[in-house]
Amino acid sequence: MGNQVISRAGVGTAVQTTAQGFRADMAVRSIGKVGLLVTPIFSYFFLWAPIALLVLFSFNDSRGVDTWRGFTLRWYENIFAGTMGGEARFATDLMLSALGNTLFVSSIATVIATILGTMIALSLVRGNIPGKKVIDSILYLPVVIPEITQGVSLAIFFKLIFDFVESSTGVNGTPGFGSIIIGHVVFNISYVAIVVRARLANMNPRLEEAANDLGANQWQTFMRITFPLILPGVIAGALLALTLSMDDLVVTFFNSGVGNTTLPVFVHGLIKTSVTPEVNALSTLMLLFSTVIVGFSLFLQNRYTDRPYNNR
Amino acid sequence: MAAGVTARDEQKTGGILLALPAVLWLGLFFLLPLLIVLVFSFLTRSQGGQVSLPFTLAQYERVFDTFWVVMQRSINIALLTTVICLIAGYPLAYFIVRRRSNFGKQFALFLVILPFWTNFLVRTYAWRVLLGREGLINSTLINNGIITEPLELLGTEFAVLLGLVYGFLPFMVLPIYASLSRFDFRFIEAAQDLGANDVKAFLRVMLPMTLPGVVAGCMLVFIPAIGTFVTSDLLGGTQGLMIGNLIYSQYNRSGNLPLGAALSVVMMGVVMIALLIYARFGEAKE
Repeated sequence: MGNQVISRAGVGTAVQTTAQGFRADMAVRSIGKVGLLVTPIFSYFFLWAPIALLVLFSFNDSRGVDTWRGFTLRWYENIFAGTMGGEARFATDLMLSALGNTLFVSSIATVIATILGTMIALSLVRGNIPGKKVIDSILYLPVVIPEITQGVSLAIFFKLIFDFVESSTGVNGTPGFGSIIIGHVVFNISYVAIVVRARLANMNPRLEEAANDLGANQWQTFMRITFPLILPGVIAGALLALTLSMDDLVVTFFNSGVGNTTLPVFVHGLIKTSVTPEVNALSTLMLLFSTVIVGFSLFLQNRYTDRPYNNR
Repeated sequence: MAAGVTARDEQKTGGILLALPAVLWLGLFFLLPLLIVLVFSFLTRSQGGQVSLPFTLAQYERVFDTFWVVMQRSINIALLTTVICLIAGYPLAYFIVRRRSNFGKQFALFLVILPFWTNFLVRTYAWRVLLGREGLINSTLINNGIITEPLELLGTEFAVLLGLVYGFLPFMVLPIYASLSRFDFRFIEAAQDLGANDVKAFLRVMLPMTLPGVVAGCMLVFIPAIGTFVTSDLLGGTQGLMIGNLIYSQYNRSGNLPLGAALSVVMMGVVMIALLIYARFGEAKE
């Protein structure tokens, strides 16, 4: 279809321009066509080649990453067996406890953020509250402020709190799961609210009015009409929050104490020191996990869009 | 009538109650800490990583004097990252939108979204594997006899730029894709019927109509790029030191908190300028 449009339009142009101008235009067009094909192919290659090589070398039967020496699952076994080649140990127990911490922190942060984010989205779309614009910009701020600023400022805030508590009561506080979860909820509220809001804006408000007319009170309307209809949005928001929380390094890095390392912090430590096939294997597993999550959320989106009860 | 008014009042109180927990959470754990950073940036460093009075502008002087090199490098690299992402991202978004079958479109989009959802550390790490002294690029070049000594690819500004473009390209593609998929390509046809060539049709019709997506994409790339910490930490070394790493080192070891705070405030200032540009050009004109 695209080509037809272009060639038909090209004839129209030719009538009005000189032969020379037409030739120049055709030259530009062929350069453009080549560019429009080559650039995306190069971009896809650029996006995927490093990931593909990483996955490939996680199965390579050699410690180096230069040549292919045959297929092995050794590095995957090493991750879980607790040994790293001959010389150093891969800290399996540390990794597993970091994984446990990650799941703990991200699930709690996701639950809190999903509830608070859905509530504020409801209030912004359906409620009639003063200062909507201000709340709106505060809500978007955590998305646009650099992570490092958020991480550092929260860490300074907690330091002040702990110093104050110690000087007034003598209780010695340290950053831990609490401070990590609080930090994750901050940025997750924003993402959940944005996703749920988009869903709410697409929903027909007359359905709620109809429920009211039929005698349902506000709570019944919410539980029977609004919530089931925005549920896909809530789930999508929660999945986004879960992924962001599980992947977060910077905010966690500044606000964790001893003994509550999460998986990204653990992986960051590994990556900084060395490139080893075990890390390649671990990265591949994390990649697999993201693929499953993305597939699931795309499935949800495709399943629940374009239904008759939508506004548009 | 009376019932309608009560319902509206009820809705108002309900709305405030619904918004309150999130607003309190953000106010206490997000806005207040930012405010503390702002106050700290005007204070003096004292013993043991503490801060004290008097108020001073000394930290800001140091930011604009001693550390301006780093600030400028961060701004330059962030701008360059944005430009490269735009040049690569617009054609990519166009490519996705122009797929004929629905499956082709979905698949082309999926290929961009998946890296976007993949752990940032993993993606940055992939470049360490490629660029290292014994990495794939160096060993390939040496094995083929093109070079004899490994090139220093890691620990350079170039490596940081590469890592940032790689990390943030999807952020550019997705908003432009959203804008382009709403764009009616018959406008191009109309422009050409009226005598515009391809370049004119693009510059005067397609680009202005997709500008909100372009500006949104530029924001989504520029802001995390200027605040980068992980990419420069893993790929940059000392040559590729960025403002985020400097803030981190102030907070962490040498412990000049007011200096770190002042650096944060200046960085936020740059971000705010970017956001103002967004507010001016980025909003969709209905």
